[in-house]
Order: sequence, then C-alpha cells, then structure tokens
Amino acid sequence: MKDRAVRGIMRLARPAACGVLLLLLVPGCTPNNPYRASERGANIFYTTFSEPPKHLDPGRAYSSDEYDLIGQIYEPPLQYHYLKRPYTLIPASAAETPGPVYYDKNGKRLRPSAPAEAVAKAVYEIKIKKGLAYAAHPAFAKTSGGAPVYANLTPDAARGINEVKDFPIKASREAVSGDFVYGIMRLADPLVECPVLPILEKYILGLKEYGDALRADLAEIRRQRKEAAGPAYNQDTDERERPIILDYRRHKLPGVEKAGAYTYRVILKTKYPQFIYWLAMPFFAPVPEEAALFYAQPALAGKNITLDRFPVGTGPYMMDTFNPNMEITLVANREFHGETYPTEGGAGDLEAGLLKDGGKPMPFIEKIVFKLEKEAIPRWNKFLQGYYDNSGIGTDSFDQAVSISAGGRAELTGAMKAKGITLTTSVRPSTYYAGFNMLDPAVGGYGERARKLRQAISIALDFEEYIEIFNNGRGIPAHSPLPPGIFGYGGRAEAAIDPYVYDWDPARKRPVRKSIEDARRVLKEAGYPEGRGADGEPLVITFDNPWTGVDSTPMINWYIKRFKLLGVQLENRTTDYNRFQEKMLKGNFQFFSWGWNADYPDPENFFFLLASSNGKVKYQGENAANYSNAEFDRRFKQMENMDNTPERMGIIAEMTDLVQRDSPWVWGFHPVAFGLHHRWVSNVKPNAMANNTMKYARLGAAQRELLRDEWNRPGWGIAAAAAAAAAVITGGAYVLARRRGGTAADNRGHRPCSPTS
Amino acid sequence: MPVILATDLIVYALALSAAWFAVKTRRDGNVRAAWLELRRRRLAMISLALIALYAAVALADSIRYRDAAQGGGYSAEALSLLDRAASGLRTRAEKTYSAPFSGRLFSKESVELPDGRVVRDYPALKYPGAHWLGTDKVGGDILFASLKGVRTGIVIGAGATIVVIPFAIFFGVVAGYFGGVIDDVVQYVYTTLASIPGVLLIVAFMLLFGGRGYQGGLISEKDVALAFFVPNDRLFWLCVILGITSWTDLCRLIRAETLKLRELEYVQSARTFGAGGLRIIYRHIVPNLMHLVLITFVIQFSGLVLAESVLSYIGIGVGPEMGSWGNMINTARLELSREPVVWWNLLAAFIFMFGLVLPANIFGDAVRDALDPRLRGR
Amino acid sequence: MFSYIVRRILYAVPIVVGVNCLTAALFFYVNTPDDMARKILGEKNVTPAAIENWKAGHGYNLPAFVNAKESGLGTLTQTVFFQKSAPLLWLDFGRSDRNNIDIGGEIKTRMWPSLAISVPIFIAGLASELFVAMMLARWRGTLLDLWGLVASVVMMSVSALFYIIGGQYVLGKYLMLFPISGYDAGVHSIKFLVLPVVIGVISGVGSGVRFYRTVFLEEMGKDYIRTARAKGLGEGRVLFKHGLKNAMIPVLTNVVVSIPFLFYGSLIMETFFSVPGLGNFTIDAIQSQDFAIVRSMVYLGSILYIVGLILTDISYTLVDPRVRLE
Repeated sequence: MKDRAVRGIMRLARPAACGVLLLLLVPGCTPNNPYRASERGANIFYTTFSEPPKHLDPGRAYSSDEYDLIGQIYEPPLQYHYLKRPYTLIPASAAETPGPVYYDKNGKRLRPSAPAEAVAKAVYEIKIKKGLAYAAHPAFAKTSGGAPVYANLTPDAARGINEVKDFPIKASREAVSGDFVYGIMRLADPLVECPVLPILEKYILGLKEYGDALRADLAEIRRQRKEAAGPAYNQDTDERERPIILDYRRHKLPGVEKAGAYTYRVILKTKYPQFIYWLAMPFFAPVPEEAALFYAQPALAGKNITLDRFPVGTGPYMMDTFNPNMEITLVANREFHGETYPTEGGAGDLEAGLLKDGGKPMPFIEKIVFKLEKEAIPRWNKFLQGYYDNSGIGTDSFDQAVSISAGGRAELTGAMKAKGITLTTSVRPSTYYAGFNMLDPAVGGYGERARKLRQAISIALDFEEYIEIFNNGRGIPAHSPLPPGIFGYGGRAEAAIDPYVYDWDPARKRPVRKSIEDARRVLKEAGYPEGRGADGEPLVITFDNPWTGVDSTPMINWYIKRFKLLGVQLENRTTDYNRFQEKMLKGNFQFFSWGWNADYPDPENFFFLLASSNGKVKYQGENAANYSNAEFDRRFKQMENMDNTPERMGIIAEMTDLVQRDSPWVWGFHPVAFGLHHRWVSNVKPNAMANNTMKYARLGAAQRELLRDEWNRPGWGIAAAAAAAAAVITGGAYVLARRRGGTAADNRGHRPCSPTS
Repeated sequence: MPVILATDLIVYALALSAAWFAVKTRRDGNVRAAWLELRRRRLAMISLALIALYAAVALADSIRYRDAAQGGGYSAEALSLLDRAASGLRTRAEKTYSAPFSGRLFSKESVELPDGRVVRDYPALKYPGAHWLGTDKVGGDILFASLKGVRTGIVIGAGATIVVIPFAIFFGVVAGYFGGVIDDVVQYVYTTLASIPGVLLIVAFMLLFGGRGYQGGLISEKDVALAFFVPNDRLFWLCVILGITSWTDLCRLIRAETLKLRELEYVQSARTFGAGGLRIIYRHIVPNLMHLVLITFVIQFSGLVLAESVLSYIGIGVGPEMGSWGNMINTARLELSREPVVWWNLLAAFIFMFGLVLPANIFGDAVRDALDPRLRGR
Repeated sequence: MFSYIVRRILYAVPIVVGVNCLTAALFFYVNTPDDMARKILGEKNVTPAAIENWKAGHGYNLPAFVNAKESGLGTLTQTVFFQKSAPLLWLDFGRSDRNNIDIGGEIKTRMWPSLAISVPIFIAGLASELFVAMMLARWRGTLLDLWGLVASVVMMSVSALFYIIGGQYVLGKYLMLFPISGYDAGVHSIKFLVLPVVIGVISGVGSGVRFYRTVFLEEMGKDYIRTARAKGLGEGRVLFKHGLKNAMIPVLTNVVVSIPFLFYGSLIMETFFSVPGLGNFTIDAIQSQDFAIVRSMVYLGSILYIVGLILTDISYTLVDPRVRLE
C-alpha cells in the first residue's frame, strides 16, 4: 500500500521535475532570462516603470511616469515634433495647428499681435483629422439593435473578467469632435479630480462656473442619497454600488463649442499664447462617452476595471494587460489612423541615422512591455544583461557607464562601447533650486542687508561641486530660473551670468564662481562678519526639506558643510513631505530646496514661480519663496502674454536682472538626462517635452536574441564547484559526527523575537 | 554646556545597571552564583568583553557638551567625547569615495590643468592613507561613521527593552497578583497590541511622533529644554515603539511567574502576617522576577539591533544625520551596483554589526542558561 | 471542541474592535484629511478648492468621531471613523485613498504571489531546520553538534538584508543562474522563485535550527526515550519515531501561529525581488502614505494573528489526544 503510494508520487514527480528543469533551461542556455520562451525573437520592446501608475485617466494623469503610458494611447490635438529643436508643435489628432483669433469686448476681431489688455476673447478653432478611430474596446460593442452589449452588467456576467481584454466582443468607432468636447467637459467633473482645473479655469470661458454647477449637482445627488439611506448612509459603499454619473448637458459650457463633426472651438477669456501647449497634453485628448458609461458599472468598478486603469484612445498603441504590480503591456492599435515617421529633423539627425525611416508608417514596434522594477540595482543589471532595451543611469552606475572625455564631453566607457550601447543626453526643461523665505525677518526682505546675506550664501553653495558629487556632472549650473532650450535663456554668455555669484573669465570665455573669500566679504557687508550677527551670536538658518532615501544624508551634509564655510550654521529640519508642504504653506521656514518641471517650454512657466500673485503663503500658489517685487510683477504681466519676439527677450533679461539682484533663490542647476539604449534599438532621440515617443522607435529583435545569449553564459563551472564544496562539507559533517565535541551540549538555542520578522 | 538627549538616558541607565550588577555580584549570593557560573564559560566572557567595548564607545558617544561660542551663547554643535577623541577622523573629509588605505579618489574626475586643458584622472586624496575603511560618497570617513553607528545599535538593542521594563513589570505583576478584572484588562491590552503587525504599528507610530524629533546633527534652541535636555529625540521614539511591539512576551512571562510566586508559601505567610499587597509585590515578588527581565533583555538585544537595519530600509529608522549601520547598508545597496564595486561601506557595516550581534547572541544564551535553565527554548 | 472554537471567536471580537479603534485613532491623528489630500494631489496646483473637492469625493469631509450636525444615530455614523473604519469589521476594505482601487479585490489577487513565495520558504525552511536540528540532536556532543551550533549562531547574527543583497549579487548578477528579480504568472513563476526561496530559507535557518535542537534535546532527556533506548531501539529510530512525535507540541506552537501570515507575504523579500504580493502592496502604501490600504493591512494582520492562535489550539488536540479544549 505504502509502496504504491510512493511509486505514484514518483510517477508524478518525475515529469514535474523535468518540467522545472526545462523551464530553467529552455530560453537558450540563459536560465536568468526573465521572459517566457514564447517571447524569443518577437518584436517586443522591454522597459520598466518604478512605481505603479496612479492614474491613467487622461483628465487626471499628470506625472511623467503616467504620461509614459498614456502618451502612447491617447492622442491630443497636437504633439511635439520628435526631432526638431527648439521644440515645435505639429498636429497629432488635429488636422492642422490652430492659430488663435482675438476679439475685443465688442466682438470685433483683432490683429494677432493685439495687446493682451484689448483681448476679451481668444478663439481656437481646431479641425481634427478624419478617420481617427478608437482602439477596439467592449464599450463600443453594439447589439444588432444598436444598444451597447455590455450595459448593466451583473456580477454574474462579469465573472471571469479581470481585464478589459477578457471581454469577447469588441468594436471600434470613429473619434469625432464631440469626443474632444466631451473630454474637455470631463475636466470640470468633480469626480474626475482634474489636477490642472484651477489653471484652466482661469482661461477657458465659463469653465469655472460650469465646474461649480457640476459640483453643486454632485453635492445634491449625494445629499438626496444620504437622506434616503438615513444614518446607515456610507458614501464609499453607496457610490461603489451605484456610481454617480453627472449629466454634462444640464449646464452650458460656453468655452467649448462643437462646430460640425470634425471641428470644435475652445474660447478663452484672455490672450494666452501658451494655451497651444496645453493642446499637446492628454487632458485635451478625445474621450468617448460610451467608455465613461461602460466603466461606471458597479460590476466592473468592484474588479478595479475603470477608465483610470484601462484607457480608450485613438493613439498608436492600446492597453493589452494592466497589472500595475508586475507588468503593463501595450500592443499596436490595429485601428490607428496611421502616421509616418518624420522626413526632416534637426541638425545632425541625418548623420545620426535618425531619418532613414522617414515616411514609413508607424508604429514600428508590435508590443511594449513595461515591467515593474522598483530597485535600481536589479534594473541596471538586467539592462546590462540585455533584458531591458533602454535605461537611465543612476549616479551609482555612472562611472561604470560614462566617462567624461578630455574635452569635457560625456562619453561611454570602453565596457559600454564594447556592448554597443548608445548614450543620449538632453537638458530637461526643469530646475532644481534652493530658496529663501522672503517673508522671514532674517533671510527675507528686500533691504541691502538681507540681499547681501542671500548673495553670500548663493556664492557659498557651490553647485558646480554639488553636480559633480551628486549628479556626476549631469547638470548645468543655473544663473536664473530659465533652463536651456527655453525662450529667453541667456546661455553662458557674459551678459547673462549672475554677476552677484559669478565673475566672467575673459580668457576662457566662461563664468567662474566667486571665491569663498568673496562670499565672506559680502557676508561681512551684510552685517554678519564670520557668520555672526551684531550681538555676536552665530547666525543660524533652518533648512527645510522632505528628503528621504539613500542620498539624503550626504546631500544635507553637503549643505551644512558649505554654510559652515561662511561660519553660518545650517540647522537641518528634514520632515516628511506632508509636514514640509504644511510648513511651506504657512511660511514657517527659512531656507528650503525644491524643484520645478515645466509643463510646457515657455519662460512664463518658470517666471510665474516668482510672481507675487502666486505667493505660496498668501495665495497658495507655486511661488514658494514668497518673492514679491512690484517691478518684477509688472514685467511678468507684460511678458506672460507675449509672443516670442525680441521685445519679449528684452523684458526677460530685465526680469532676470531683478531676481539676480534680489536672489530669492540660490539658482541651483538644470539636470541633464542621460539615457542608454542597446545597439538593436534605433530612432532614439531624447525629447523632454514629447511623451508619445514609443511609436518612433525601432527594434532588431533577432540581433537582440543573439547578443542576449552571448552575454548570459551562466557560471555553471563555479556553480558546480560550489555544489562539490557543499558535498565535501556534508561529508565532513559525517566525520565530525564521529568526534566528541566541547561544551555544545548545554549551549542551547532560542528563537529571537524580532518585531520585524 | 552639557547636552543630554533622551536616548543618552538609556545609555546611562545601561551603564548604571551594569555597575549595579557588578556590585551585586559581590554582595548577593544568588547573583554571585550565577556570575560564577557565567565565568566558567570562556566564550561568554569574551563576548561580554566585546559588548563592553561597544558599550564604552556608546557611552563615550553619549556624553556631549557644547562649546561656548565667541561672544556668548553656545555652539549649535554638541560634540560627544567620541567626536572629540576621533576629531581627526571626523574632520578629515575627502571629496567623495576612496578605497581603504588608498591615496586617491575612487572615481575619475575632470581636472583642469593650468593651461586650460581638462584631463580625466583619479585625484589625489587630501589625507592619503588615513582612511582605514575608506570614505563614503561625500568623503566622510567610514570608520568614523561605523563608530557613530555603535551608539545607535546599543541604544536600540538596549533601549527598547529598558523603556518598557517598568510597564511590563507593573502590568505583569498586577495582572498576575490581583487577577480578576485587572488580569482580563491587561491580557486584553497586550493581546490587542500583539495582534497588530509590528512593522505597521511602528510605521504609524514613527509618523506620528518621530517626524518632528531631533535626528542628529546641529541642535537648535527650540529642541532644548532646561538648557541641556533634548526630550524630543527621534531615536527615543523608535525605542519606545520597538519596546511596545516587543513587551508582550515579557509581560506574559512576568504574569505567569507572578501567578506561581503568589501561591508560594512565603508569600502566603507574608499575607497572613498582614502585609499589604503592594508591600508583598515590592518585597517578595519583584525581586524574584528580575532574572526574567535580565534574560529577556539580553535575548531581545540582538534581534533589535538587526531590526534597525530593516527599519532604515523602509525609511522609518534613524534620521540621516545620526550615524547608523542600517543607513550604511541602505546606502551600500546602490554602491554594490557600481562597477567597480564600492564594497567597503557594506563591509564596515557588516563587521561592526556582526561584531555586536554575535557576542550578544552568545552572551544571551549563556546568561539564560546560567540564570534559568528552564527557559531554554523560549 | 466546536463550542470552544465559537467561544474563542467571540473572545476575539473585542480584540478586533480594539485594533480597529486603535489604528483608526493612530492613522487619523497622523494624517489629517487635509494632509492626505495635499499629499495625494501632488505638487502642482493644489488649491483649497481642489482639497475640498478631494475630501468630499472620498468621504473625508466629515468630522472625525462625532458629527454634531446630524441627529440620532447619524451623529455617530456620519463620521470619518465610522464610514472608514467600521466597514472593516465585516471585511469591507473599501477603496484606496490615492487611486480609488478596490482594496478587497487587490488583496485577493495579490495574495497568490505572496503565497507562491512564502509557502515554499515556509515548507523548505521548516523541513531543513527540523532535519538539521534532528541531526545535531542525534549526534549531540560531537564536533558536528558544536560546529553546527556555531554555524547557526553565526548565521542568525547576519542581517537578512545582507543575505538578499549578497544572493542577488552572486547568484543573479555574477553567476547568472537566476533572473535577478521579477515575477510571472503561474508555472512561469518558478524560475523567479528559486532565488528568493533559497535566500529566505538560508536567512531563517540559523535561529530555527537552534530552537528545534533545544526542543529535541529536551525530549531526549525524558524517561520514555530512555525506556525506548533501554528496549534496544537504535538512536535514529528513537529520535524519529518517538522524539519527533512528542516534540510536536512546541514545534506547533511555533509554527501554526505563523501559517495564516503566509498570506501576508514578506515585506522586504517582495520589494527586493519585485514580487507583486501583499508585502509589496503594504510597502507601497506606506511609502505613498495611502492609509486606507495600511489600515486594511493592519486589520487583516491582526485577524490572521487571531486565526493563528485559534489554529494553534486546535492543532494541539490533533497531535496530542491528551490535550482537551473546553
């Protein structure tokens, strides 16, 4: 009996064991291959995401990691040209780039160069392409009678369905102007929680009132439901079981008009040339109403099937699997209206081979796999093993990948070149800075004394060194808030440097940071000789930051070290992000460090960080330093609505002079992004503004397979040696067991109680 | 001007109790017997010596004072005896990584020659050969960082238990001695606390209290009470919550032991002579529980030291400016992916941690065996 | 037996309620709804209106514990505490704060990867610990015993982080025997699981061996073993037949209570190896301060703990008929 059972188990065990071995061995001879054997040689691009995307709803998503995904799926009217620099807008789902038409308050049409004060209405008429089609989706599936197939799904009907692709019937339909209008109306829906609504409300005619009306509707529905349910009312449960769908047609939104099936208009209250950039963001992509209704079924929401996770767009790719805990895959959208690779580019693109696919239909890659990879180390190692097609460079793998050549240019190291890896660099339109609280009695204010204090600190905080230590030189020291590539950036020319922090070295034709002695002298002039105030007390400045993580200690120590050179004591106040925010809001801080990523490549998007109308404490805006200078504000008002003319350039230069003198920020640096990709990936050019770049990339899957096999020869020899060593130890154990030992018999064990085990 | 952190009190308490035990071994027969039993074990004695060495470093790092600043007032830096003794290590910073005993930096940098040419080379160190364990990312000496971690390790290992001992004894004894409703309530409290997953409780608690505490580095007048005491110390809160998550075992043990002691003859007779409950508890019960406390203390020690590194990984450990091995390991994870590998930071943390935890484990076993062989296997 | 279990479950109710209140109090005090909203809405354009809208949308615009604006029962039910915490009692975990996902559904799907990694670690770990411990007990007093003990003390003095970092470096990166990290569904997961399981077993083996060795030695000293030995049974047979059986009670105490926690996964293992389990879920929630999730996980953890205690008691009666539960 027993024997038979054992034999039975053996019979089962053998194939199982073989299966395990096979699984280990099948993908070539590379047991460390993380992908299935069936994916060998397929036209699949492998990359990663570091944390699960929170929102994929085009009305809600706002972070770069979310845009990496939905940028490929949703198609706003405009997009940035992939190759041209400076960044140029070209049509995406629109047929042409719209130009605004301005009207004064009497309805009279104005010239395009009309001053902002005269403009009472700015109309953008957007013509969209014909033949835009949504990727196949169950929301469009109709019965022969024309009713949606999947309406009023019961939990029973939804059994076995965990993703959108599990629905058997899918259909597509053309995207028309009504979908674009619907998408804009959704932004005002309080249930969507659009993060840029406060900004858009300032510009789009009637959007604020419309949003308020929808909010009132929502509150009213909730009130009624609560009344009906009595004390047992639970909003969460209630809205999970009966999702609220607001009726957008109950109110009128005058700022958006449909004008035929392929045309719609957006009407702004003021002149706002930057609006065109907004049209390149997914907020303005078409959204089908069917999808919104489809997802509002309780049977689906309970399975986490929502528009926030399963997008429905007209772009080159569509969502295939969405498992944010493991992987997200996009596949080419069969219904994509078609787009060809650009035939012209910027300087040097032809030589770089970036134009050889010109005119060919995109997308080139069949499937994109995003794997969740939180830890930098495994991610980097897998890139080197050839299992990811591209990678950034962490500071800690920098030396391994890049060396700076004699000319100061970044170059790949020999090991990377041998692997055929390519390096791309691009300055990001962002700035990292350290700011003073201008409301603070000690470091703030606009008197000579406070100004000099800030200037002295600006000199002492040697960001050239900071970039070298913490970013491996991947940054450009800043002289003003504007990063390179933005209109008005002065470059490293003599006229553009910050004269309070740098001197001009005419021999080498470049700015040189003033010495620490200069800083001490300025500090003395400010009334703090050797960092001591009039009373002889050392000057203590508090430093607020929300830094956590590996680099935070060295970074804070660096700040402290630099301040110490002035004799000023920097008191570190690291807190969690929430408290940091709270302190910033209340103005309860002296010195802080923060950063800003541009929404669009326009100087307005940087200078508004210093406009007093954006004061953090007063208006809860983004001006965290609470800088307030009437001169600056006046010029800002003038500059913000101008087109990029030489006149605008002049005003920007004046504004730059003002903030350089007042030094509300220590201009930190503009980060430079370094990217790597393997030799089998082509058509890669970094583009800091565009988020729909996957469609341009091309892949040599066969070459990749060969190289992967070559790079991943497991150390069987060493493993065998280790196994042999283990066998020897076991043998040794047998020998040891024959010998009497010392005191071990009474030295007994315990289970340690660790609170984290 | 002396400065005392809340966690310094833990180190002092540890030092005082060590001294008290030393005196006790001469006076008290039972303790003396246990000590003699311990003395017989060579390994335990070696371990004790190592632990004492660590404790001495921790003590030296817990006595700190601020120098008078020029023109009155005090410097915002409260340097400990250790900082002062190792001031060479502390101040001789390089620019960035350098390997142990090396004379050059670990990574190449663009160096500008006088003629304006830029070459890429390994720059020479300011203090070649001075860094026995290498330097970290901002050029700090690793040996010094490891030494600073000693205090954190000792404080966490000892502090968590020391902080809760009074409560555990009080609740355990009261529950065991009086029984009834009190017993039910105490049992309810500790079962409830024990049933919350430890890490999550620690996270919530540290977010609640730890965020605003002193985390090392410069001292601001706002933190200081009575001109020398810093009560709001992040590390102290960490000890408290680690104590709360680990006190149930001790409390349960004490309760069970009290139940037993209560029925013993001499306690019963004391009661018939009319001694009050509190008096009996104080005179007869608590002294007979101390061995349990001591055993729990030494046995929990090593687990707690190891726990610190894990907590730092999750990001709720010790603040960035208070040196800790957990922070070092955390940094070292990234350094391992460099090529060539920066291994010395990890190695230093490993050696220093291992050097404390291994003796603590060995000594803990020995103490338990010497004091109460029945507890083996707990 | 049945009535005992019922009684134990009833006894667990106040504990569960206590945990619920305690976590609610802790978390709502840590993070006021305003904090939460600010954190979740991100860095840019966080206006008071947006905060109010978020709070209203997520039911955080109510008072914390008592709603004076309502009457009757409503004063208690129309509060953040009741709306967010009470449903946990009937295992309705609600939606997460940050991205509105259904936490219950998420727990159900993430449970499997957690089990895939924790069950093998548990079984292989327990088996190897018991085996080695038994070997040491069998040859107690020999050099094998001495060195085995030394090795286990050394092994348990090393932080788990070292094992993980070292294992990934040597086996994954240097020898390229396993994928460094990752996960795949179903049978494809095997190649990803080997490395974490090996590391998980190794990091636990030190303390386990010491503990079980003590347990066995204690049994070996008992009279019945001596009797068995006197009967002329071989040492190995004595140990396996009698020793193992009787050592079951202390082993069970140690083991059964942790079985329910297998669902819970391992926080650190899962993050290092990118296994999409519950441990990873919890860490994510902690790091993004999504307290709806953390609260749910705390609550789930305490329920699992209580289940473990009850299971332990029941298992006693199964292995040892002398133990009766009443």
